[in-house]
Amino acid sequence: MQIDLSEEQRLLRDTCREFADKELRPNAKKWDREHRFPAEAVKKLFELGLGGVAVPSEWGGAGMDNVSYALAIEEISRGCASTGVTLSVNNSLYCDPIAKYGTDGQKESFLTPYARGEKLGCFGLTEPQAGSDAAEQRTTAVRKGDSYLINGTKNWITNGPVADAIVLFTMTDLSKGTKGITCFVVETKTPGFVRQKADEKLGICASPSCTIFFENMEVPISQRLGQEGDGFKIAMSTLDGGRIGIGAQAIGIGRAAFEEARDYSKIRKTFDIPIFQHQAIQFMLADMATALDAARLLVLRAAWLKDQGKRHTRESSMAKLFASEAANRVADKAVQIHGGMGYSKELDVERHFRDARITEIYEGTSEIQRLVISNLLLK
Amino acid sequence: MDFSITEEQRQLVETARKFTRERIIPVAQKLDEHGTFPIDICKEGWELGLMNVEIPSEYGGLGLSCLDHVLMMEEINYGCAGIGTTLAGNNLACMPLLLGGSEEQKRHYLGMLTEAPIFAAYACSEPDAGSDVAGMRTTVRKVGDEYVMTGQKRWITNGGYASWYSVFGRIGDPKDRHKGVTCFVVPRDLPGVSVGKKEDKLGQRASNTTDVLFEEVKLTRKNLVGGEGEGFKIAMKTFDRSRPWIAAGATGIMRRALDESRRYALERKAFGQPIAQFQAIQFMLAEMAMKYEATRLLMLKAAWSIGEGRIDAIESSYAKAFGADSAMAVATDAVQIFGGYGYTKEYPVEKLMRDAKLLQIYEGTSQIQRMVIARNLLAQGA
Ligand SMILES: Cc1cc2nc3c(=O)[nH]c(=O)nc-3n(C[C@H](O)[C@H](O)[C@H](O)COP(=O)(O)OP(=O)(O)OC[C@H]3O[C@@H](n4cnc5c(N)ncnc54)[C@H](O)[C@@H]3O)c2cc1C
Ligand SMILES: Cc1cc2nc3c(=O)[nH]c(=O)nc-3n(C[C@H](O)[C@H](O)[C@H](O)COP(=O)(O)OP(=O)(O)OC[C@H]3O[C@@H](n4cnc5c(N)ncnc54)[C@H](O)[C@@H]3O)c2cc1C
Repeated sequence: MQIDLSEEQRLLRDTCREFADKELRPNAKKWDREHRFPAEAVKKLFELGLGGVAVPSEWGGAGMDNVSYALAIEEISRGCASTGVTLSVNNSLYCDPIAKYGTDGQKESFLTPYARGEKLGCFGLTEPQAGSDAAEQRTTAVRKGDSYLINGTKNWITNGPVADAIVLFTMTDLSKGTKGITCFVVETKTPGFVRQKADEKLGICASPSCTIFFENMEVPISQRLGQEGDGFKIAMSTLDGGRIGIGAQAIGIGRAAFEEARDYSKIRKTFDIPIFQHQAIQFMLADMATALDAARLLVLRAAWLKDQGKRHTRESSMAKLFASEAANRVADKAVQIHGGMGYSKELDVERHFRDARITEIYEGTSEIQRLVISNLLLK
Repeated sequence: MDFSITEEQRQLVETARKFTRERIIPVAQKLDEHGTFPIDICKEGWELGLMNVEIPSEYGGLGLSCLDHVLMMEEINYGCAGIGTTLAGNNLACMPLLLGGSEEQKRHYLGMLTEAPIFAAYACSEPDAGSDVAGMRTTVRKVGDEYVMTGQKRWITNGGYASWYSVFGRIGDPKDRHKGVTCFVVPRDLPGVSVGKKEDKLGQRASNTTDVLFEEVKLTRKNLVGGEGEGFKIAMKTFDRSRPWIAAGATGIMRRALDESRRYALERKAFGQPIAQFQAIQFMLAEMAMKYEATRLLMLKAAWSIGEGRIDAIESSYAKAFGADSAMAVATDAVQIFGGYGYTKEYPVEKLMRDAKLLQIYEGTSQIQRMVIARNLLAQGA
C-alpha cells in the first residue's frame, strides 16, 4: 500500500493547479455567462500535453498513467468545470477507445492529432430515446460496398459544436439489440454530419453540446472501430474510464466550492465572530472536506486499477457515484455558507452549484451507477 | 380537528390557480431567462385581489388571514417562485406597519398599495448584517425633532420598484446591538434615497433584488414606526408572521416538482418500460410527496396559530426550515428524474432547483431557523 504520488504525478498536478489559478479561475465566470467555449485555454492545455494524458507517446499522447489523468482533470475542473469536461471527453471518451480498439492506421489518422491536442474529439452514444438504456440505439449504419450509410440522431454531444471527429455508435443490426451496435470514428466535416444549435443548460455553460443529425452520411469501412457488433462492449469499457474523469471533475468542482466556503467563513462575521466559529458551519466544512477526500481515494483507486490493467467497472462506478453526490452536497453547503452572497452571480459559488449537478447525470446517472454496482455484487 | 377549507378559501385557491395556469406558467421561463420584473402580471394579480392580501379592510385591503394567504401563495409559487417572492415582498413591507404603525401611517402607506398596483419593500439586511440583524450599521441621528438616516441596505426584494420602504436603522451606539434598532417608513421620493446595484441571481430571477441607499435622509416622527428602539422586536415579530409564506413558496415548488416528475416518469421509457416502474424512481416520488405533505401541514398549523392569535415563533420556524430544506431536496430529485432533460432549459425543473435554494437563505437562513427552534426548546427548561 502506498498513497504518495510519484514525482511525475505531483509535477503534473502542480502544473495543472497553477494553470487553473492563472488562466481558468479568473475567467470561468465570464465564459459561463457568455456561454463561450474557452478555445484559447483549451489550446494551451493541449500544448501542455493534456490532450491525451494516458495515451502512449508513440501515438502523440503524454504517455502518463491514469492516476495522473485523474489528478489533472480534478485540478482543471477546480478552475473551470466546463474545461474539465472538454478535456475529459477528448481523453477518455474519444482517444481511449481508439487507443484500445483502433488499428494502427486508424490511430495514425484519428488518435495522434487528437492526443497531441491539434484536434478535438467527441463521443456520440446518447439518442433522444436512448440515454440510460444505450441498447435503444436507432441510428443505423447500412453496409453499401466498401462503406456504410449512416442515418439517425445523437443528442447532448459534449464538444459536438467544436469537435473535429466523433466516436459514433450505430446499429448495424436492429434485431440483435446490444449485439447489433457498431462503432465508427468519423470526421465532423463529413457530408451528412449536421450540427444543431448548442444546448441551453443549467450549468457547464462553457462546454458546448448539441444534437447532431446524420443524413445519409457515408463512412468507409476503414473507419469502423472493431468488428460489427463490438459497439456495446466498446461503449461500456470506454465509460469505465470516462467515469474516472467525471469523478475527478466532480471533486474539482466540489473542491472549488469547499475552498471558497472555507475562506469566506474565516472573514464573514455574524454575532461578532467569524462564522467559522459557529459549530453549524464548522461541522458543515468538516463533512465537506471528508466527503471530498473519500471521493478522491475512490477515484484514484479506480484509476490505479486501470493502470494495472485490471477490471475496474465496479470501482469506476463507485467513484463516479460517490464523487458526484459528494460534489452536489458540497456545492449546496458552500452556497449556504455564503448566505445571500451565495445566491448572487457576483461570486463563483453559484456556478459550482449549477455545474456540480451534471456530474450525477452524464456518463450514467447515479441510478445507473447503482445498477452497475449492484449487478456486480451479485456476481 | 378539521382539515377542510372554507368555501371562500376554495374560491381563492381556484382564482389563484387559474391565474397561475393562464398567466404565470406560460411566461415564467422567459421572465427567468431575462430577469424581467413581472410588472404586468402583478397589475393583473392586483386587480384580482392577489396582492397585499393581509391588509385589513379598513385600509382598503381584503383582510385575509395568514391561512388564506398561504393557500393562495402555494398556487402562485407553483407557477413561479420569483413572482411569489415579488408578492411576498409587498406583504413583508406592510407587516411592520400593521404591527407598529400609527393609524395615519397605515391609512396612508397601506392605502397607497390598495389604491394602485404599486410596490413596497422591506429593508432590513445590509452588506455586513444579514442573519445578525442587531449588527446593522444604518445609523439614524436625532437632530431636534428630526431624524437623519444614513446607510446601505442590500438584497432588498422589490427594491428598484418600491414607492416606499420599511427601513430598519440604528439610533445610538452599535455596541447597544438590538436595543437601538428602530423602524421607519421611508417614501422613495425623499431626498437622499436611491436605488443601488441590482443583483444578478442564481434563481427567482423575475424578482427584483437591489441595494437601497440612504444618504442623510431627513425623517420626522411621521416616519417613525413604533417607538425608538422597538425596531428589533418589530423585525422579529414580522418574521414570525412571514415565515409561513416561505413555507408556501416551498409547497408550491414541491407540488410543481412532483406533478412534473410524475408525469415525466409515466411517459419516459428506459429498458422497455416507463421509468415510473423502477423502484428507485418510485421511492424518489414517494419521498417528494411525503415532504410536500409534511411541509403543508406545518405551514397550515403555523398559519392557523397566527390566525387564532396563538402565534409561536417555533411553529413558523418549523414550517420555514422544514419547507425550505424539503423544497431543495425535492427540486434536486426532480432534476434527477428528468435525467439529461432535467439539466436543460427546455423543461421547468432546473428552474425549480435554482429557485428553491433561496428559500434556505432569506427570511432567516435554515441555520437561523434552527437557532430559533433550539432557543425556544431550551427556554422551556429541563
Ligand atoms: C450536459 C450533458 C452532456 C452530455 N454529454 C454527452 C456526450 O458527450 N455523449 C453522449 O453520448 N451523451 C451525453 N450526454 C447524455 C447523458 O449521458 C444522458 O443524459 C444520461 O445517460 C441519462 O440519459 P437520459 O437523459 O436519457 O435519462 P433517462 O435514461 O431517460 O433517465 C431518466 C431517469 O430514469 C432513471 N433510470 C433510468 N433507467 C433506470 C433504471 N433501470 N433503474 C432506475 N432508474 C433508472 C435515470 O437515472 C433518470 O433518473 C450528456 C448529457 C448532458 C445533460
Ligand atoms: C434574493 C434575496 C432576497 C432577499 N430579500 C430581502 C428583503 O426583501 N429584505 C431584507 O431585509 N433582506 C432580504 N434578503 C436578505 C436575507 O434575509 C439575508 O441574505 C439572510 O438573512 C442571510 O444573511 P447574509 O446573507 O448576510 O448571510 P450571513 O448572515 O452572513 O450568513 C452566512 C452563513 O452563516 C450562517 N450563520 C450565521 N450566523 C450563524 C450562527 N450564529 N450559527 C450558525 N450559522 C450561522 C448562515 O446560516 C449562513 O449559512 C434577501 C436575500 C436574497 C438572497
